[in-house]
Amino acid sequence: MESFPILSLVTFLPLVGVLFIMAARGTEEQVARNARLGALWTSLATFMISLLLWINFDPTTADFQFVEKVEWLPAFDIAYHMGVDGISLLFVILSTFLTPICVVASWKAVSTRVKEYMIAFLVLETFMIGTFVALDFLLFYIFFEAVLIPMFIIIGVWGGPRRVYSAFKFFLYTLAGSVLLLAALLALYFEAGTTDIPTLMAFDVPAGLQTWLWLAFFASFAVKMPMWPVHTWLPDAHVEAPTAGSVILAGVLLKMGGYGFLRFSLPILPLASEQFVPLIYTLSVIAIIYTSLVALAQEDMKKLIAYSSVAHMGFVTIGIFTGVQQGIDGAIFQMLSHGVISAALFLCVGVVYDREHSREIAHYGGLVERMPMFAFVFMVFMLGSVGLPGTSGFVGEFLVLLGAFQDNTWIALFAATGVILGAAYMLYLYRRVIFGKLEKEYLKTIMDLDAREIAIFVPLVVLVLWMGIWPDPFLSVFDASVSNLLANYQSALAAAEPLSLAGR
Amino acid sequence: MNIAVEIGAIWPELFIAVTGMAMLMYGAFRGEASTGFLTWVGVVVMAVAVLLVLAGPSGKTSAFNGQFMVDAFAVFTKVLLIAGAVLALILGQPYNRREGIKQFEYPILIVFAVLGMMMMVSANDLLSLYVGLELQSLALYVVAAIRRDNLRSSEAGLKYFVLGALSSGILLYGMSLIYGFAGTTGFDGLAVIFAADSDAPVGAIVGLVFIAAGLAFKVSAVPFHMWTPDVYEGAPTPVTAFFAVAPKVAAMALFVRVMLEPFGDLVAEWQQVIWFISLASMVLGSFAAIVQTNIKRLMAYSSIGHMGFVLVGLAAGNETGIQGILLYLTIYLFMNMGTFACILAMRRQGRMVEEIDQLAGLSKTNPYLAAAIGVFMFSMAGIPPLAGFFAKFYVFLAAIEAGLYVLTVVGLLTSVVGAYYYLRIVKLMYFDEPAEAFDRPLGREISVIVTVTGLITVFFFIGLAPVLDGARVAAAVLF
Repeated sequence: MESFPILSLVTFLPLVGVLFIMAARGTEEQVARNARLGALWTSLATFMISLLLWINFDPTTADFQFVEKVEWLPAFDIAYHMGVDGISLLFVILSTFLTPICVVASWKAVSTRVKEYMIAFLVLETFMIGTFVALDFLLFYIFFEAVLIPMFIIIGVWGGPRRVYSAFKFFLYTLAGSVLLLAALLALYFEAGTTDIPTLMAFDVPAGLQTWLWLAFFASFAVKMPMWPVHTWLPDAHVEAPTAGSVILAGVLLKMGGYGFLRFSLPILPLASEQFVPLIYTLSVIAIIYTSLVALAQEDMKKLIAYSSVAHMGFVTIGIFTGVQQGIDGAIFQMLSHGVISAALFLCVGVVYDREHSREIAHYGGLVERMPMFAFVFMVFMLGSVGLPGTSGFVGEFLVLLGAFQDNTWIALFAATGVILGAAYMLYLYRRVIFGKLEKEYLKTIMDLDAREIAIFVPLVVLVLWMGIWPDPFLSVFDASVSNLLANYQSALAAAEPLSLAGR
Repeated sequence: MNIAVEIGAIWPELFIAVTGMAMLMYGAFRGEASTGFLTWVGVVVMAVAVLLVLAGPSGKTSAFNGQFMVDAFAVFTKVLLIAGAVLALILGQPYNRREGIKQFEYPILIVFAVLGMMMMVSANDLLSLYVGLELQSLALYVVAAIRRDNLRSSEAGLKYFVLGALSSGILLYGMSLIYGFAGTTGFDGLAVIFAADSDAPVGAIVGLVFIAAGLAFKVSAVPFHMWTPDVYEGAPTPVTAFFAVAPKVAAMALFVRVMLEPFGDLVAEWQQVIWFISLASMVLGSFAAIVQTNIKRLMAYSSIGHMGFVLVGLAAGNETGIQGILLYLTIYLFMNMGTFACILAMRRQGRMVEEIDQLAGLSKTNPYLAAAIGVFMFSMAGIPPLAGFFAKFYVFLAAIEAGLYVLTVVGLLTSVVGAYYYLRIVKLMYFDEPAEAFDRPLGREISVIVTVTGLITVFFFIGLAPVLDGARVAAAVLF
C-alpha cells in the first residue's frame, strides 16, 4: 500500500519546527519571539494535518489505517511500522490539540530560555505522537521512553522550587517501570520472533509466560498511569512542573499507560489479563477512594488536581479490564475527556498563578467578584471533572460504571462512591477559590482573563460540552476497534477454557 | 601454506610496525619539534592500516602455523580499535600543545600499542596472545606516565604497571596450567582436546579461571577493577580517553575469542564466572559512580559498568550475544570518545578542571557543549532513541535467549541506578545556576570530534542495520 506517508508527516513535522527555531538568531528578545511563533505555527500545522487523519479515517473497520512500513532491521524482523486504528487515532488528535494550547499558555509565563523551552515541547510532541502511532513494539518503546528526556528537562529547568527532586523522581520512577517493559519486550520477541504489533496480537503466547510478561507490562503502564501505590511521582511532578508541563503530563502522558494496557496487555496477553482482573479492580478502587480523600485534604490547587487525576485514572483501569464494550468505550472516552478537562484545570490554576504566583488555595477567595469570566470557565471544567451530565466527564464515568456493573456489582458500587467524593473535593475547591467575600487586599486588583487566555479556553470549553452533549462522533471512531479487540479477547479466553478444564 | 599468504595475512601489522619504527627514528633525530608532525603521521598510518585491514584476505586465514588468525571478527574489532586510536591521537594534539607535553614518543607509543592490540585480536595461540598483550601493555604503561614531571601521572603509570604486571602473571600462570594439562597452546588444538572429553581435568579448569581473571583485569571488570579509577584520574585526559576505549575493545575481543574458540565446549564451566563478574561490574559500576566528584573517576566507574553490560553478551555465550558485544563496543567507542572530548573542553583560565560541580549552568554559558554532554549522558544511561539504548537492547536480547533472566532483570535495574548519576550531570548543566564559563574557543579538533560523535550518537538508529550486519558476519565466525 503505497500512499502519502501522512502519519510520518504528523509525527515528525514538529522536528522541522525545531530546526527553524534552532536557526533563530538575533537579540534575546527577537529569538524568544521567533521561537514562540515558530512553535505555534508548527504545532498548529501539525494539528491541522492530524485533523485530516480524522476526516479520512474509516470508522467502520478495525484495521490499522494509513499504514506505513519500511524495513529497518530486516535481520531481526523489526520494521518502521506506523498506523492508527480507532483506539489510537483520538489520542494522536489529543496530543496535537494540546500542544498549540500549551505553546500559547506559555506565551508570557515562560520568559527565560524560551528557545530551549519551545524546542523541548516540539520534541515532546513528536515522541508523544510516535508512541500512539507506532505499530512495532520496539518503535513504541523508543518513543515511549524518549518522552522522558524532554519532560525531565521541562520540569527541571522551568519548574518550581523543588523541581530537581521532582524531575528525578519522575524520571527514575518511570524508567524503573520501563526497563521491566523492555525485559518483557525482549522475552516476547524471543518467543514470537517479531516485534510487529499486529503479528503479536495474533500470536498465542504460552499461558505460563503470559503471567510474567503481564506483570512486567503492568510495572511500566501502572507507573505511567499512575495507579495506586506507584502514583507518588505524579503529585510532585505536577506541582513543580510549569503550567504547560502539567497540561501535557496530565493530558497526554498519563494516557500512555492506559493506551499500553489496551494495545498490549489485553490483546497480546488475554489469559493473564483475565487472571489479574481482581488485582486491577482492587488497586483501582483503592486509588479512587483513597486519592479522593487525599485530594480533599490538599492545600495546593495543583496537588489537588493531581490527586484527582489518579482517581480518574482508576475509573479508566476498571473500564479497560471489565471486558465488556461499554467498559472499554468508557475507559477510552474517560481518558480523552480527562485529557481535556484536567489539562484545562491546570490551565485555570496557571491563570491565577501567573497573576499571584501562589497555588495555595487559602491565598484566594471571592475571585468571582473580580474575575467573572474566569469563574465561569473554571466552573465548566470543575463540573466536567465532577461528571455532571452534559459534560464529557459524565459520559466516560457513566459508561465505565455501566460496564463495571455488568462484571462486578461491588466494584461498580465502590467506584460510584468515588464520583461522590469527586464532587466533594472539586466543589470544595471551587467554593474556597471562587466564592466567599473578596477580602484579601492583594486580590482586589486582580484582572480577569485577557484575549490570549480566552483564546486558549474557548476550544476547551466547546470540546468539553460537545463531548458531553453529542459524544457519538468520538465513540463511533473507536467502536469498531473496541468490538474487534473484545471479540479477539473473548475468543482467546474461550479457546483456553477447555485446556484449563482438562488440566484439573 | 606459502610465505606470500602468510605475509598477506599480517600486512596491516607489518605496515604499522615498520612505519612505527621509522617514526621513532625520525623523532630521535629531530627531537621534540617533530611531535606535531608525528601525530599527523600516526593518523595517516592508522588510516592506511584500516584500508589494509579491510583489503586483507577474505574468510578465515591462519598464518605461521596457526599462531595468527585473520577472520571477520578480527577485522571488525581492528577497525574499531584503530578508530579509537585515531580519535585519541587527534584529541591529544590540542591537549599536548596547551599543556606543553612535547615528547615525540606519545604518538609513537600509541601506534605501537595499536600494533599490540591488533596482534591480540588476531592471536590464535596462547603464546602469540601473550606477546601481543605485553606489547600493548608496555606501550600503555609508558603513555600513562607520559607527563613524567607530574606526580599524579607518574603514580598512575606506576600503579598501572604494577597491577598490569600482576594480571599478566596471573594470565601466564593460567596458560602454563592449560599447557600442562592439554599439551598444546594453539587454540585449534585446545578446542579439539576439550571437545573430546567433556570432563576437563580440574587443573585445566583452574587454568581457565586464571586466564579469565587475567583478562577480567584488562577489561577492568569487578573484582579486578581497582586500578581503573586511579589510572583514569591520573593519566593525561587524552590518554584516559584512549585507555577507556581501545584497550577495552581489544581485551574484550580477546576475551571473547579465548572463551569461545579454545574453550568453547567448556561453556558450562566458564559461564558462571562470566555471569558473576558481569553482574558485579554492573552493580558496582552504577552504585560506586554515584558518590564520585571527579569526572574522570566517574567515567572510570561508568566504564566498569559498561564492561559489565558487555560481559552480559559473553555470559549469554550465543551468536546474538557476540553480535551484541560488537555493537556495544562500537557505540561505546563513540559515546566515550565524545564525552572525553567534552571533558577536554573543560578548561578555565588555561587550566583543566575535572570537578563535576564545575559543569554547573553550562547550558547557559556554553549551550552547544552542554547539549553534547547531555546527549552522551542520556545515551550512556541507555535512553532511546540514542545509541546507548540499542547497545543494551542487543546484549540483553542475547541474555534472554540464553535464559539468563536474573542477569537481565538485575542488569536492567542497575541501568536505572546508573541513570541517576548520568542525570546528575544533566541536572548540573541545565538546572543549576552558572559557574564561571569555560575558556573559548574549544579548539578545532575538539569541536569537530564532539560534533561528529554527537551526531553519530543521536542518529545511530539510521545506520544500525549495516553495523548489525557487519557484527553478525563477525560473530558468526566464532561459532
